[in-house]
Amino acid sequence: MIGETPLAYDPQFEGPIICVKGLRNSFGDFVVHEDLDLDVRKGEILGVVGGSGTGKSVLMRSIIGLQKPDEGDVKVFGESLLGRSDAETVEIRKRWGVLFQGGALFSTLTVAENVMVPIREFYPKMDREFRREVAKYKVCLSGLPPDAAPKYPSELSGGMKKRAGIARALALDPELLFLDEPTAGLDPIGAAAFDSLTRELQQTLGLTVFLITHDLDTLHAICDRVAVLADRKVIAVGTIDELLAMDHPWIQEYFNGPRGRMAAPKQG
Amino acid sequence: MQVMTNASDFVEETTADGVTALRFSGDLSIASIGNVPERLSEYPGGIQQLNLADVGYIDTVGAWLIHRTARNMGAEIVGGDDEATRLIAAVSSVDPAADVRPDPPNPVLRVLNEIGEATTLAFTTLAGLVGFFGSIMLALFNLLRHPGQIRWNAVIQRFDVVGVRALGIVGLMSFLIGLVIAQQGAVQLRQFGAEVFTVNLVGRLTLRELGVLMTAIMVAGRSGSAFAAQIGTMRLTEEIDAMRTIGVSPVEALVLPRFLAAIIMLPLLGFYASVVAIIGGGLLSWVELDIPPATFFSRIREVVPITDVYVGLAKAPVFGAIIAICGCYQGMQVKGSAEDVGRRTTAAVVQAIFLVIVLDAFFAVFFTWIGWS
Ligand SMILES: Nc1ncnc2c1ncn2[C@@H]1O[C@H](COP(=O)(O)OP(=O)(O)OP(=O)(O)O)[C@@H](O)[C@H]1O
Ligand SMILES: [Mg+2]
Repeated sequence: MIGETPLAYDPQFEGPIICVKGLRNSFGDFVVHEDLDLDVRKGEILGVVGGSGTGKSVLMRSIIGLQKPDEGDVKVFGESLLGRSDAETVEIRKRWGVLFQGGALFSTLTVAENVMVPIREFYPKMDREFRREVAKYKVCLSGLPPDAAPKYPSELSGGMKKRAGIARALALDPELLFLDEPTAGLDPIGAAAFDSLTRELQQTLGLTVFLITHDLDTLHAICDRVAVLADRKVIAVGTIDELLAMDHPWIQEYFNGPRGRMAAPKQG
Repeated sequence: MQVMTNASDFVEETTADGVTALRFSGDLSIASIGNVPERLSEYPGGIQQLNLADVGYIDTVGAWLIHRTARNMGAEIVGGDDEATRLIAAVSSVDPAADVRPDPPNPVLRVLNEIGEATTLAFTTLAGLVGFFGSIMLALFNLLRHPGQIRWNAVIQRFDVVGVRALGIVGLMSFLIGLVIAQQGAVQLRQFGAEVFTVNLVGRLTLRELGVLMTAIMVAGRSGSAFAAQIGTMRLTEEIDAMRTIGVSPVEALVLPRFLAAIIMLPLLGFYASVVAIIGGGLLSWVELDIPPATFFSRIREVVPITDVYVGLAKAPVFGAIIAICGCYQGMQVKGSAEDVGRRTTAAVVQAIFLVIVLDAFFAVFFTWIGWS
């Protein structure tokens, strides 16, 4: 179609990777977000926290274009995505990977084939044999045992599904990674391994990560900054120390509650 | 197509100290890698070094490619910057999975296997349907002993979905069928000057056979498939397991309301369908054969024995039961994936329609035998 050429992008773009301005989302009369602003800087791991039902998943869905906001603007890599067709945004969608809260694996494909789907969609010309190899090692990179690759999602445990979802999100070596509660349902060893994998990828590939989590250990271990969602807005963004200096009751409760204190690194 | 990235490439060279090396250039990333993997895997051996000194950006796909090539060729990797070295170390620490799919079996064995499985499936399905009917009956007796536990809300809701909402489409279908029967009957019977018998044809055929049969087929397609898909999806999301652990019997909570709705609604819908078909036939007779409606309906009352109505009404609940049992049984058998829901839904409709037609034939013989012809 005329005018549907993919947006060219600028790899040297240095502004905020994600820029959300004045976002408003609602379901019927129920307003989830109102006048929400958020910037995610290049190369950082941004933790997003908030009580259950405060709209973290909905925020992620509106950034990646699955939920059409009522108002406001969303820019990713400096390009506004609202009102653009799939054909126009393909170059941008190639550059991000998404892990959904429920895993969202394709149930009729094996784990390795799930990982191959985005590769085949975006790089159809890649050598078939090499594509299989990439898929197989991505599966192992996400911490699954090698014999999990030819299994179907219904044959996996809950935590293994999560890892398979991570493998699919990492399939394209994205520059921007959206993770919705990646460590929920993982054993502590697996969760720690996931933390170090994320850190490793962020440092070597310069990855930017939008990480929704309830896992205080993950927040302390790998997040550069944390955004707090409450009252339909992002009420604060900053390092954990900066957040602790604020006297918002919810933030204090969150980081200084019994669990928050346990997860905090011991002061020397 | 990739404007912003440098396509990757490699050339063979011999270094000053006589080592054969492949010198890579450009970005080694998923977007720029192009046909390099193919060329590398076809490359003849004899390479001792992979030189990454000219490589720009590298990602895990590129790192994997270098690692794999070095391993296959027995070459060493030199010249990579810190990033490349770290990435290659990271990917080389995982040992890759065996395969992307389970091994396909030998084709001959597979065909034999499928024949065997289809055969056992036919018998186990039959046995399963009978067993399922038994468990519905048990649940029904259970409820009759404790009538307070009947979920009237669920039952009434099913009445609405299975019966009331089908009125439009069943009515339209029956009206058209009535028209067609009358029209074809008129054309054929006119050759014998017996077009007045069109009334007999329309009245008896719809009340005795077609009204209920066509309704059953429509309900199997509409509601039998819905039963299978609803219950099947609930199995996938573990809702049925959750019910069991809470102590709610899925047969009582899900199957029984659908079963009751189907056996009560099908006679009503079937009778309604017959009446609408007769109206359709009457309309055509009026236009085509100049039989006024009043005459048409009084003729209907003369020529259609009341046993025809009984025959139709006796068959309908049985057909309803079959549709509900097939739908719910197939739904309860779903496991694994969304694809299975589709397969089971198809099976539910096909089996229901097949069994309805087979039973209809038995009923025809039976009612003739007892003299209701
Ligand atoms: N499709 C929808 N229709 C109606 N309401 C919805 C829909 N999706 C989400 N909501 C509502 O929006 C609110 C935010 O949901 P969301 O899934 O973003 O929560 P969350 O912050 O991700 O919570 P959790 O930490 O439990 O995952 C909730 O109150 C939810 O009820
Ligand atoms: Mg959520």
